Amino acid sequence: MEQQRPIEEQIDLPFLESLRISFQSLKIRFGRSIITTAGITLGIAFLVSVWTNNEIEFALQESGRSSEITNIDEAAEQGISTKDIWLIIMSLIVCVVGIANSMLMAVTERFREIGTMKCLGALDGFVVRLFLLESGFQGFAGALIGALIGLLGAVILGLKNYGLDLFFYFPLLPARPENGPFQLGVLLLILFGCVLGMILAVIGSSFPAWRAAKLPPAEAMRTEV
Amino acid sequence: MPDIVVKTEDVVKEYRMGSNVLRALDGINIEIQRGEYISLMGPSGSGKSTLFNMIGALDRPTEGEVYIDGQNMSHLSQRQIAAFRCHRVGYIFQSYNLLNVRTAHGNVTLPMIFAGIPEKQRNEKAEKLLDKVGLGDRMYHLPDELSGGQRQRVAIARALANDPSIILADEPTANLDTITGREIIDLIKQLNTEQGVTVISATHDLKMLDVSDRIVDIRDGLVERIRNRDEIEIEVGEVGGHE
Ligand SMILES: Nc1ncnc2c1ncn2[C@@H]1O[C@H](COP(=O)(O)OP(=O)(O)OP(=O)(O)O)[C@@H](O)[C@H]1O
Ligand SMILES: [Mg+2]
Repeated sequence: MEQQRPIEEQIDLPFLESLRISFQSLKIRFGRSIITTAGITLGIAFLVSVWTNNEIEFALQESGRSSEITNIDEAAEQGISTKDIWLIIMSLIVCVVGIANSMLMAVTERFREIGTMKCLGALDGFVVRLFLLESGFQGFAGALIGALIGLLGAVILGLKNYGLDLFFYFPLLPARPENGPFQLGVLLLILFGCVLGMILAVIGSSFPAWRAAKLPPAEAMRTEV
Repeated sequence: MPDIVVKTEDVVKEYRMGSNVLRALDGINIEIQRGEYISLMGPSGSGKSTLFNMIGALDRPTEGEVYIDGQNMSHLSQRQIAAFRCHRVGYIFQSYNLLNVRTAHGNVTLPMIFAGIPEKQRNEKAEKLLDKVGLGDRMYHLPDELSGGQRQRVAIARALANDPSIILADEPTANLDTITGREIIDLIKQLNTEQGVTVISATHDLKMLDVSDRIVDIRDGLVERIRNRDEIEIEVGEVGGHE
């Protein structure tokens, strides 16, 4: 064997190039991207509406204008009832599971694509970065829309229960911050929803993408969905 | 002294499924010279694709070594393996494996993006390659909008993007009709003769026989025999008679 051409090291792709590839991919798979994004939107909308609704009730109970005049004192003392905490935790779980599931599905159906890109010279890191960018963007857009939908839902419900009083006592900021961590105020809540949606989408997609990128390409390409 | 591009030494590949171990390759020793057109033949399940994956660094052997251009593949870093796949080998698959989110042109530019080739240069080269495989008028179509034969042509253009020294083709004609298959074989053969690319192709396709320099018959994960061109010519006649 005379011609021993040494094998060079693969270069990293410039960030802009990765960004471009990820946007192209989102654009062409637009229909599919929308479905994945809708999964995120639903999860966050559910969480934000339950939570906002809760903050609204609490704020209006504080003001003494509750429609359920049952136990204002108790509510004021304990901050937030166990039933409501339960509801919020449930909606958080639904949100986490829903988003993780839709990201996992979106990555799994692209195992073959991942294997193919590795055949063409993609580094594992590039594959992960691609999914990180795509899911970060989807996560943010989906969560923002979800948070707004959730807010709208809670406001409609609030209007039905309290009428226009809702707007006088609207809990943009926590009504009673000293009453525990479940009160964020609506502004923070929306921010929280967006960040949560984005983080969940990014984790839910990069983790399976990382595992697929680690596979030998032959195995990744065998996977049929 | 012959210039050997690919050499395998007692390559064994085992697949583990639960407690079962399946020995897909059972000690393969072959040497392939630069510029050769080699066909790997054998019944379904004999280990052709598995060997293809070992030679193309798409999977690791359980035992044994693969040398490409004199380099022991098991000694390479991740980055070197990625560069190897990017620059040294062009892969062609039975099911094309195009990226559905990229146009024909976009599929051909991708390996050049990974190789860091500037945009203008890679666009021009992609156009040139697509022209060469006869898809000059379909460059900006998505794979879904192309026929099987056209998709395989895109795959061939993509395989050539970084001027590889080896083309690895795993049953490139299996999903195509006889005539289209013939065209694809002729195209690959043309690259082999005109550019001196080494072609290693797994196949069931008897049409591949008469373009091959050597045929490696694989059976149950072993090399059963290796036939040269002159031995083949006689047999093609026989085979033709059976069809
Ligand atoms: N990832 C895998 N896991 C388990 N077994 C596998 C795997 N890949 C291949 N095999 C087994 O290894 C053997 C060889 O398979 P291979 O795909 O190499 O055959 P082949 O000669 O390419 O067949 P074909 O002509 O049908 O493509 C088969 O018995 C197959 O079932
Ligand atoms: Mg096969």
